[in-house]
Amino acid sequence: MAASEKHHANPTGSHRAARDARRALDDARDLIAEAYGRPPAEVVFTSGGSEADNLAIRGVLRARGGFPVCSAGEHHAVLEPVEYAGGAVVALTSDGRVDPDVLSEVLGGLDDVSIVSMIAVNNETGAINDLPALAEAVRRVRPEALLHTDAVQAGGWIDVAEAAADFDLISITGHKLGGPVGTGALFIRSGITLDPLLLGGGQERGRRAGTPDVAGACALAAAVGVTGDRRAEEIVRLGALRDELVAGLRSTLRDHVTTTVLGGGAPVAAGIAHVCFPEIEAEALLFLLDQQGLRASAASSCSSGAQDPSHVLAAMGVPREVAQGSLRLSLGYTTTPADIDSALAIIGPAVERLIAHGGG
Amino acid sequence: MASPVMVAMSGGVDSSVAAALLLDAGHEVVGVTMKLWGGPSDTGCCAVSDVDDARRVADHLGIEHHVFNFGEDFERDVVGPYVADHAAGRTPNPCIECNRHLKFDRLLRRADALGFELLATGHHAQVVDTADGPRLGRGADEAKDQSYVLHVLDGDVLRRLLLPLGHMTKADVRAIAADLDLRTAHKPESQDVCFITNQHGRETFLGDRIPLRSATVIDRSGDRVGAVPSIEMVTIGQRKGLGLAGGTAPKYVIDVDAESATVVVGEEADLATRTTPLESWNWIGAVADGPLELQCSAHGRPESGAVVGSEIVWSNSHRRVAAGQSVVAYRDNLVVGGGIAGRQRA
Repeated sequence: MAASEKHHANPTGSHRAARDARRALDDARDLIAEAYGRPPAEVVFTSGGSEADNLAIRGVLRARGGFPVCSAGEHHAVLEPVEYAGGAVVALTSDGRVDPDVLSEVLGGLDDVSIVSMIAVNNETGAINDLPALAEAVRRVRPEALLHTDAVQAGGWIDVAEAAADFDLISITGHKLGGPVGTGALFIRSGITLDPLLLGGGQERGRRAGTPDVAGACALAAAVGVTGDRRAEEIVRLGALRDELVAGLRSTLRDHVTTTVLGGGAPVAAGIAHVCFPEIEAEALLFLLDQQGLRASAASSCSSGAQDPSHVLAAMGVPREVAQGSLRLSLGYTTTPADIDSALAIIGPAVERLIAHGGG
Repeated sequence: MASPVMVAMSGGVDSSVAAALLLDAGHEVVGVTMKLWGGPSDTGCCAVSDVDDARRVADHLGIEHHVFNFGEDFERDVVGPYVADHAAGRTPNPCIECNRHLKFDRLLRRADALGFELLATGHHAQVVDTADGPRLGRGADEAKDQSYVLHVLDGDVLRRLLLPLGHMTKADVRAIAADLDLRTAHKPESQDVCFITNQHGRETFLGDRIPLRSATVIDRSGDRVGAVPSIEMVTIGQRKGLGLAGGTAPKYVIDVDAESATVVVGEEADLATRTTPLESWNWIGAVADGPLELQCSAHGRPESGAVVGSEIVWSNSHRRVAAGQSVVAYRDNLVVGGGIAGRQRA
């Protein structure tokens, strides 16, 4: 807010207010670059994760030609540009990850791969991909391909700078880090040229035209900074709360609850509790939870606001009747132990009610 | 405070006003829009603009609005059978199946699960209390009466159903909507099957899902007189598109045999019949002996007849009814039964 009031000037202008705004924008860029271990010149501010993903995939394809490859667990902002371009989609393992050997095999059967996009942390299940191993597979089989990761969901749960060190392009967004919706960035490794989505005044070194949102960039930088400072302790604190939540659901609902990626041994983001209630419809459960003030999600929402079946669970081979009862409970920096108690007090009876009514 | 009501809001003017009237009557009202169709429609992809209208009307009225995705149910219970019926040379009415399976079964079960005893819609029909329990009556606006497409509703559903527009005319409804400044006040009515677009039409829709089969057109003596490119598109009484030579008296389709891919045409007089076979029939409540008012299309004129065994016996000569069409029986403007016409051979 303060940044918004202070930096309303166009940072590309030449008067004093513009220079102040320019300095704030560059300070934000420096902070974000440092947090992700990249030079400031590699940061391109965007309107969020979807724009960053589109700029990466479509920008590379338009500049280089060739075909894209991504995993079946990508956010739609990656999946749709890849499918639109006729690219290949790599299957997921049953625990929601990409197996580097499967990726190698797919890449080995393809010619002219220009970009490979692998999500860092899945936004529905919280499954964490082994990015270094995936990068190694790509470098070995298709060394000419660029590597992109959608790290939109990852910032709070893994050190992206380290995990994605070998990636050429990284998408992030502010609102997954406690910052405002409408902020984001794409890191573009020096030396890589991509075609911009927006042409105009040459801002962001010609990679994204339009007057920069200085306040948004400042807010994104603040969110990135705070998230990085707290990450280690938040992973421990929220991981324990998440486990308590899932254990509580298991003890009250027993056979009526199952997990998809949790408890399988592979790493899962500490702030995501993804569970399924195979006998019920998630849409009905979300209604009952909302009535009690508990805001949760199922899979992804279509533009009408209806719940669509999860493409991620389908790609993991989760049966349709299990997937239709999926619930994603997110924990964040405001979550307290009392919140876990309230959630358990609300979810159990709601699920039991729906089971008694044929699933809802 | 009256009990909470779930109002099915399609995004049209009728359900908008229904929600407003219930709110005004002191009910706690929650608006719900069913997302049924994910393919193209005349109102845009996912019919998003209709959902938006419903949501914005709900916002305007200050009530909650939710969207339920029943796309899989719709595909299974409405679209699939619709396509299969056409493939079998029948003429289905998908709106009736949508009411039967979606609005008054799936949505009602959802309402149960979420704690709503009452469901309301903006249909032009009335719930009438009788000595035998609630019955469905015609809407007060004769031209807009929708009791035909709702005829499957029995006492168990009607007891939980509110139809706040049943006693009103469409003009009244639009006037209320305009008074309340609802954005749907002047919205045109939907006319056709919601999942078939004006742009592509029924033939394209069916052709994308099933192989369309050409058929021979014969007259009553069995002579070949024409041909049609797709038998799935042919219905009883049809005159055009039959590939007939000109210069003779008009010919009408009087029978469709999908199995042998044959269409039979005859003179106008051959369309007339005294009986219509029924492949199913349900009485709502007690069996109604004797003459009834029988209606064979959504806004068709009711004719006198009786249900005798598994056929309808018309009091006067009646035009042949296409197999798959619903026949609805009324007595004193109340629905007393309904069923589906079977094939009447030439």
